[in-house]
Amino acid sequence: MSLPTTVEATRQLLAEGGYVADTSLATSVHLALAMGRPLFLEGEPGTGKTEIAKVLAERLGRRLVRLQCYDGLDLAAAAYEWDHARQLMEIRLAETAGVTDRDRLSADLYDRRFLIERPLLSALTGTPAVLLIDELDRADEPFEAFLLEILADFQITIPELGTIRAETPPIVIITSNRTREVHDAIRRRCLYHWVDYPDAVRERAILRLRAPGVPEVLSAQVVAFVQKLRAGDYFKLPGVAETIDWAQALAALEAKELEPGLVDDTLGALMKYQDDIARLRGEETAKLVAEAKVAATRML
Amino acid sequence: MQAEAPPPAGALASNLLAFVRLLRRAGLRLGTADAIEATRALTLLDIGSRRQVQAGLRAILVRRHDQQEVFDQAFALFWRDPEAARHAAAMALMDGIKDKSRPPPASRRVAEALQGDRPPAPKKSDEPPPMLDVAMTVSDRERLMQMDFEAMGAEEIAAAKQEIRKLHLPLDERPTRRFHPHAAGARVDLRATLRDSMRTGGEILGLSRKRRVKRPPPLVVLCDISGSMARYAQILLHFLHAVENDRDRVSTFLFGTRLSNVTRALKNRDPEVAFEMVSHLVPDWSGGTRIGESIATFNHDWGRRVLGQGAVVLLITDGLDRQGAAGLAEAAARLQRSCRRLIWLNPLLRWEGFQPKSQGARALLPHVHEHRPVHNLNALRDLVASLSSPPPRRSSR
Repeated sequence: MSLPTTVEATRQLLAEGGYVADTSLATSVHLALAMGRPLFLEGEPGTGKTEIAKVLAERLGRRLVRLQCYDGLDLAAAAYEWDHARQLMEIRLAETAGVTDRDRLSADLYDRRFLIERPLLSALTGTPAVLLIDELDRADEPFEAFLLEILADFQITIPELGTIRAETPPIVIITSNRTREVHDAIRRRCLYHWVDYPDAVRERAILRLRAPGVPEVLSAQVVAFVQKLRAGDYFKLPGVAETIDWAQALAALEAKELEPGLVDDTLGALMKYQDDIARLRGEETAKLVAEAKVAATRML
Repeated sequence: MQAEAPPPAGALASNLLAFVRLLRRAGLRLGTADAIEATRALTLLDIGSRRQVQAGLRAILVRRHDQQEVFDQAFALFWRDPEAARHAAAMALMDGIKDKSRPPPASRRVAEALQGDRPPAPKKSDEPPPMLDVAMTVSDRERLMQMDFEAMGAEEIAAAKQEIRKLHLPLDERPTRRFHPHAAGARVDLRATLRDSMRTGGEILGLSRKRRVKRPPPLVVLCDISGSMARYAQILLHFLHAVENDRDRVSTFLFGTRLSNVTRALKNRDPEVAFEMVSHLVPDWSGGTRIGESIATFNHDWGRRVLGQGAVVLLITDGLDRQGAAGLAEAAARLQRSCRRLIWLNPLLRWEGFQPKSQGARALLPHVHEHRPVHNLNALRDLVASLSSPPPRRSSR
């Protein structure tokens, strides 16, 4: 499928995949696609950064190649690896066949047949792909340096083989939860977008799409409650993913409306730190529930 | 990629360049390539839509979340009418000077950038002139090493700074998950082995080996600069500057009544330039202390961003808290749980038989892994030595 040509078309494309984007995000995505630049998405956990790549892959009919980053991720796990066992076998076979020509042996041994493709290389070869480099902040700094060549020129240089260039450059989405500052060199090669928490209108639209079984009244109250909560001073604020979880949890308990006791019992779906839960439980929830109900009637 | 319209010419293009220059003066590091990319982006957007243009330029010209506010304000000011914006900014600056209320930092940066060159910053007058010649005899030096920072005169301070420049901070190294070639490594490097075997026609004569790369963990310094710490802070800042430039992955925060991140400013090689920048960033020199609140702010805003990968935290404070240690114990407990090693450096610990009498010290003490003095050069030297050895076993006090 061809790329969208306007910001509105991009927003439409994302909406078809069940992703509700605001103008600012749709503009960034549109520019990244049109200019062929990687898109660097930073934001709090659970704000739908990874989801964008999944939706883009699905709607554009491309392969999704996902690289989950972790501390110590190296070339062998991220880009390519030589199949040493088969190479050793090849040497033995050459011996029995009596091959003594070193250059030929070397060329035979470092053939594409013996190259194991890992996500980065696989995104450059084969059918057009969406490359998702997920949670780059979890990888260590040396790994970022590996990425520079791929992000700038969509190519990988393998010393034994040469440079492998992508026929169709992949659409690259990089996400970070900011548990570490990603280096400026990476940022320079990308378009940057800070993914914020959605406003009430957008969050309700998201909930309608992602948790369709939740009654309308409950859904509005959940959104109002979470929006109020985000204005507070807590160690970890709930993301959209938590809102969806919580709404589904409440629906599973067959709740029709928010009740302070019910909220206290299900807080674990929303808040993930004991300090925050302890602060909220009791009076604070009762107050927020009352406020949320008022706000929700205005929304409906 | 789609066919593109020719880049906009004339007024729009030159305005865009002026806008990029404005952002540069406001502190965003942007190159010519960024300006070209921005021009290209405009051809891909609906120029009639202000929101689209703003979002598009932001995606290209902003690299960090904290630059976003600067950008948005600059955009709002500039794209009304560049001339009017310049006047408005000048007025805003004047207003800021007239009434004492400080404008938010971002708007001040934009305003200053619009004005062109920054006005020359006021020189700090209490800084002694740099000593050019520090020739010392052995006994002089010995005396200096033991002298309390608080008791030092301007001359001794200058000499102490010279000594501090020579200190290196070798943190104990931690194994990472990365490997490098090493003759005595524990693992066989098959890729290198095979490559070597090519020289002998496929015959493997010896195994190449590799072992884990070791590197020092990140270091985070939280330094108290309130009134009671003023004398120490002046010298310790030199120590922090030396540390920041000696190794990578060091983050430095100063706090009195509020927390300021001075990491980028201290990275400047020239200490005088670095301290000049720091003094601009920090609003609360030699004022009161809110240790609990400052540490809580750190936990909330920065903890998750700089405490990864087994960070060591140096907390430099005398534990004297104006707020009666409100919330300090909770904040310190969380800080301790989030890092690998929390070291409290306390200048008051120099006295024999120091008792944690103040509320702040009593709240802090149960939550630190180590409690060490930092009142003279010898103490600093001991600190350096202790940091290069592995931490003592954690004991629950």
